[in-house]
Amino acid sequence: MNIITLLILFPLIAAIAVFLVRNDSMRNVIVKISALITCILTLYVVSTYFKTGASLSFANEHVIDLAIISVEILVASYVIYTGIKSKCYLVSIFAAIQTPLIAWFELTQKAGIEVKSAIILDNLSAIMVLIVGVIGSLICLYAVGYMKWYHEVHKDYKERKSFFLSVVFVFLSAMLGLVLSNNLTWIYFCWEITSLCSFLLIGYTRTKEAKKNSLLALVINVGGGLAFAIAIVMIGINFKTLELSVLITLKPGIMVLIPVFLLSIAALTKSAQLPFSGWLLGAMVAPTPSSALLHSATMVKAGVYLIIRLAPLLGQTSVGRIVTLVGGFTFLAASLMAIAQRDGKKILAYSTIANLGLIVTCASIGTQESLWAAILLVIFHAISKSLLFLSVGAIEHQLGSRNVEDMNILMHVSRKLALYMLIGISGMFLAPFGMLISKWAAMKAFIDSNNILIVIILAYGSAATLFYWTKWMGKLVSNANNRNVTKKDFTLDEELPIFIQAVLIVIACVTFPLISKYALVPYLTALFKGNAMVPISASDINIMLIMLCMILLLPISFIPLHKKDKRRIVPIYMAGENTGDNETFYTAAGMTEKVELKNWYMEGYFGSAKLTYWCNVIAIVIMCTGVILLIRGLA
Amino acid sequence: MILKIILIIIITPLVGGLLAGMDRVISARLQGRHGPSVFQPFYDVLKLTQKESIQVNTMHRFYVYASLAFIILTVVVMLTGGDILLAIFVLTLGSILFVLGGYSSNSPYNTIGSERELLQMMAYEPMVLLTGAGLYYADKSFFIKDIISAKVPAIIYLPGVFLGLIYILTFKLRKSPFDLSMSHHGHQEIVKGMTTEYSGKDLAIIEVTHWYETVIALTLVFLFFATSSLESRIFAVIACLLAYLFEIIVDNGFARVKWQLALKSTWLVTGVLGSINLIVLSFFR
Repeated sequence: MNIITLLILFPLIAAIAVFLVRNDSMRNVIVKISALITCILTLYVVSTYFKTGASLSFANEHVIDLAIISVEILVASYVIYTGIKSKCYLVSIFAAIQTPLIAWFELTQKAGIEVKSAIILDNLSAIMVLIVGVIGSLICLYAVGYMKWYHEVHKDYKERKSFFLSVVFVFLSAMLGLVLSNNLTWIYFCWEITSLCSFLLIGYTRTKEAKKNSLLALVINVGGGLAFAIAIVMIGINFKTLELSVLITLKPGIMVLIPVFLLSIAALTKSAQLPFSGWLLGAMVAPTPSSALLHSATMVKAGVYLIIRLAPLLGQTSVGRIVTLVGGFTFLAASLMAIAQRDGKKILAYSTIANLGLIVTCASIGTQESLWAAILLVIFHAISKSLLFLSVGAIEHQLGSRNVEDMNILMHVSRKLALYMLIGISGMFLAPFGMLISKWAAMKAFIDSNNILIVIILAYGSAATLFYWTKWMGKLVSNANNRNVTKKDFTLDEELPIFIQAVLIVIACVTFPLISKYALVPYLTALFKGNAMVPISASDINIMLIMLCMILLLPISFIPLHKKDKRRIVPIYMAGENTGDNETFYTAAGMTEKVELKNWYMEGYFGSAKLTYWCNVIAIVIMCTGVILLIRGLA
Repeated sequence: MILKIILIIIITPLVGGLLAGMDRVISARLQGRHGPSVFQPFYDVLKLTQKESIQVNTMHRFYVYASLAFIILTVVVMLTGGDILLAIFVLTLGSILFVLGGYSSNSPYNTIGSERELLQMMAYEPMVLLTGAGLYYADKSFFIKDIISAKVPAIIYLPGVFLGLIYILTFKLRKSPFDLSMSHHGHQEIVKGMTTEYSGKDLAIIEVTHWYETVIALTLVFLFFATSSLESRIFAVIACLLAYLFEIIVDNGFARVKWQLALKSTWLVTGVLGSINLIVLSFFR
């Protein structure tokens, strides 16, 4: 068996083992070992094939296809049953249309279509495999510690840890399959499996809210799957091919653009773009490891991955324009709405939607520079966001709350966690960290491709981004006094993945010129059949590295200084009424009262209740414009 | 090159300080006073360094030093002809560190100042970014050395962007009506805004940082007028001084506005002047 096949199948085997073993400590060992093996396999596969790339085909492909179809039918029956049971008939209808459609296509129409390479590993899929394999296995490691205390705190939820962990492994397998497959029906199959995993994980706690949100996620994602299925059938019948790599070489005529538009819709649902973004916000009820893995680092990246793949067919075409607009608008709207959020996970969710929007925008512009930015954004966003999610999970453990306002005592509870959070947040928007480098390249790409509207959107969106992240950082550094802080132990299971990811962020920032040189530039050179250029000049990269050194060195230079410092430390100024403990002050009546410092949320301006409706309306209008443009193209 | 960088680091605050001194004199004359000498800002800073520095916690002042370091880096990047977007990003980092300093005091007045500063940053940031984008549009390069050696001054292409920039310079120069976070007008200030908990040397550093920032702000104005010819550069310097004079007059003519108006009006001005200018420009490209 080829090592790539092994990489895809191994998490599946791990999932079965994890599901069957009911003894807690033994299962934990299995999870840890499986995570480690997945990680090693990933690194091995990538290091073996990184230079040369690989493409595989299988002798008994029709057997695999039959197996896939039978699993799909099983999944569809489950989805239809779930839909009827919970009176959500839309999801049943979606499933009842698409699966017979695909089955009919596979069994009757596919005869003459030959798939040359079912699996392709090029630089882009190698990057995705690295993200899924490495970050995925780190999150699995974290899940072991997290789920333990999760059930200690939430005694009212039924304990189904083996179910949870095995679904996570099934997901890893499906996700690896998705990024490695070149056969569209296989991608579609993995796509549906990830939707199902997402549904199962969101509904994990079986509370009313969880059930509702998981169904929403299922409806939207299965709806996207329907679009995907129709696209496959159209492509297969019209062009007698099922290979993604062949599809992107076709001329973007109207018969190509319609399936591409459908695939884009599928991608937009998966990547939670407006007007489909509701499900990702609801998905935050799931335990944090699944939010980190599925709903920020990997699964939602499947959508943008597909758009990056389709980029040659988007670009200047009408479909490309529409997708660009949807992405850009989503970036702006989600960034603004994040300002009004107090719940840490909600902020992360909005920020995820916003960044996915930015990636969609970059990818759909389809120039060489913008794709460079898009892929870099995928990498940096995956690392930073999963670090942030895991940290927020750990903070929730420490403080019993994930409200940003409560994080002002974090410095006293756990200095380390506060530092990890600060690294993660800096990674999201500050120079010289990764996301900013990508945003910078994106801005240049937008101007070069004359997309001035997107430049303006980016300017406003970045300002909002800066606001909501900095006020969060402000709470983290605020050093609020609190005498009765209870410290909980920060176990190694939790800390190790967080630590490794924090290190990864810094390493990725230092080595991004190398990532660009050895991964992005060769990929783009091959794609555009010409020498790809790095959008950021070498002198700028040097200054960025100087900045990074400054950021790392400045705190160090400060440490010995203040130890022998003889400065007087005085109470903070409270108009002369500080009682002396920096926590309370004398009121006019002579009573003492506690000081409370709150951030600005400006709900009157940026409240999501107010904005969501209109944003969805605008996004739907943009999408409808796309449909009209396509119909005009047909006529 | 190294000598040039050292010179930039030394001369910039001297220029900034002199500008601040001029500001003091002109403001005094506008208010019917005689006013101090132009060198008064330097005397003030010298005096501050001799005062006892007290602090509310040990981490508080770290952010001020870090902020200064990055603001200096911004000046160096700009005046050595570097990338304007990079300069904007470094400047943002410096400003954010200063805001975090305010938060880290956990003092009510200081925190209010920081929150307001952050709001101001959100208000002016789009226009700053669009300025960078606009200059790139006009001159096909993000590098300041290319922008100032163009044949045609950027102002010809970017009148709207320039007006928008003048609007937000009020924030950057900490002038009324947009001096919500810290101001030198005692009568409209909440205690001392963002600087409430700083004293002595730390306060002196903040003052020096502001001198650097003044030069950064005026350099942005300079870029709109400078071309490869010497006369244009002299004219550009005069334009900078006029812009500064204009801001001083505005400062003395207006009272501080509420944050709602500051945010809304700035985003509107950016949206109308900056965006329309750029959209028109993109049509002719």
